[in-house]
Amino acid sequence: MSQEFSLFARMGKDLQASVLQELTFELKVSRVMTPGPYTLSSQHLMDDVKNVMRERRFSGIPVVDAGELVGIVSVQDLMRAFEEQALDAPIKRFMTSKEHLIIAMADEPVFEALKRLEQTRVGRLLVLNAEHQLVGMLTKGDIMVGLLRALEDAFSREEEQRRQQHPRRFFEALVSDETSLLMRYRIHANDFASGGKASAQIKQALLQMGAAPQLARRVAIATYEAEINLIIHTTDGGYLVAEIRPERITVVAHDTGPGIPNVELARRAGYSTASPLAREMGFGAGMGLVNIDRCTDELNIWTAVGVGTRVEMVFNVTEDGAKAGK
Amino acid sequence: MKVDEIAKATDGEILVLPAVDVDVDRAFAADLMSDILVFAQPKMLMITGLTNPQTIRTAEMSDMPVILFVRGKRPSETLIAMAEEIGIGVLLSPYTMYETCGLLYRAGMPGMGKLPIVQQN
Repeated sequence: MSQEFSLFARMGKDLQASVLQELTFELKVSRVMTPGPYTLSSQHLMDDVKNVMRERRFSGIPVVDAGELVGIVSVQDLMRAFEEQALDAPIKRFMTSKEHLIIAMADEPVFEALKRLEQTRVGRLLVLNAEHQLVGMLTKGDIMVGLLRALEDAFSREEEQRRQQHPRRFFEALVSDETSLLMRYRIHANDFASGGKASAQIKQALLQMGAAPQLARRVAIATYEAEINLIIHTTDGGYLVAEIRPERITVVAHDTGPGIPNVELARRAGYSTASPLAREMGFGAGMGLVNIDRCTDELNIWTAVGVGTRVEMVFNVTEDGAKAGK
Repeated sequence: MKVDEIAKATDGEILVLPAVDVDVDRAFAADLMSDILVFAQPKMLMITGLTNPQTIRTAEMSDMPVILFVRGKRPSETLIAMAEEIGIGVLLSPYTMYETCGLLYRAGMPGMGKLPIVQQN
């Protein structure tokens, strides 16, 4: 996990003020409270209170009669019972009764409850639902745990979002019967200065999508040769269109002329009709189509003199990027 | 062979350090980019007399980490900027292609080895 995703690395920064505060507004008390609290009835004895507090380490127990909250009995109340040696008295005699209770509503924001805890300095709030039934207890500890959990949720959601935005997950995030990505480039005739730009960008895209380096290299080399061909040989340049699918990459270079009079000859190693300028740039050795053939899984050339040429290069996606069947 | 060792063996100059401290394992020399594209491999040194930006593109496409220009032909600022951006190392040797290759070969840099002789036409 990188620093960027680390919960704690970000907590000390602007998060503390903004996100954390926002969360205390957004979070409802019901999300962070301890639900279904342990209760006693007002007819139980203070001796029961002593036992429950000792066994369960409670410092306050809500008192409920017939489903209705009637009060709370705390350690302080128990101490008074000790002083008066009245452990056999019912809770009713010592408890803090309903009208003095400090409560929180289940659908209140945590922020309000936190404020009440601060102002009244009580250790816990009793949480009531809309029907004024006791549904839980809320301490500062509950709030802290709840906030941390909410923060964690928020961050894992954010991380999930980022993960989906990451190109590696690109295709998984897009659902259709057949999903593909199309990258289209206009290539200008004799534009040697930009030669290879499109191929480099296609290569970068493939690598970012998680293609094996060898696959990216094969596609890049063949596309580069095709791109250079468009620059060297065409009258008006042409287009380079890469269609990327999860299992297959197709790159098409098409132009509007002049067309190849003899494809058989053009595919032969060493045959070239390139200009002196092309040769100066290190091309025109008659190796372009030969090299493309070597890098592709499938190479299809359609051409007609005076009409144009369409070179279709197909690459199967393999795990190690090597040519399929090799 | 590391970049500084290549520079030392050819009495050359390092113009751009490669983005990663690569240990080049073989070299290929040509002025034809298509020839280089046929034989290119990762971790292979490109030795060439051409100094146009297509040399950088060729290296970029085929994952070649370092280019060694020969006979003291200093490449343009544009090429240097491209190399820096992509992370390709650029070296300059004052010797000719033949002598630069000889010096590197003597220093122990291997090439492609013996290739089958093919009938071209």
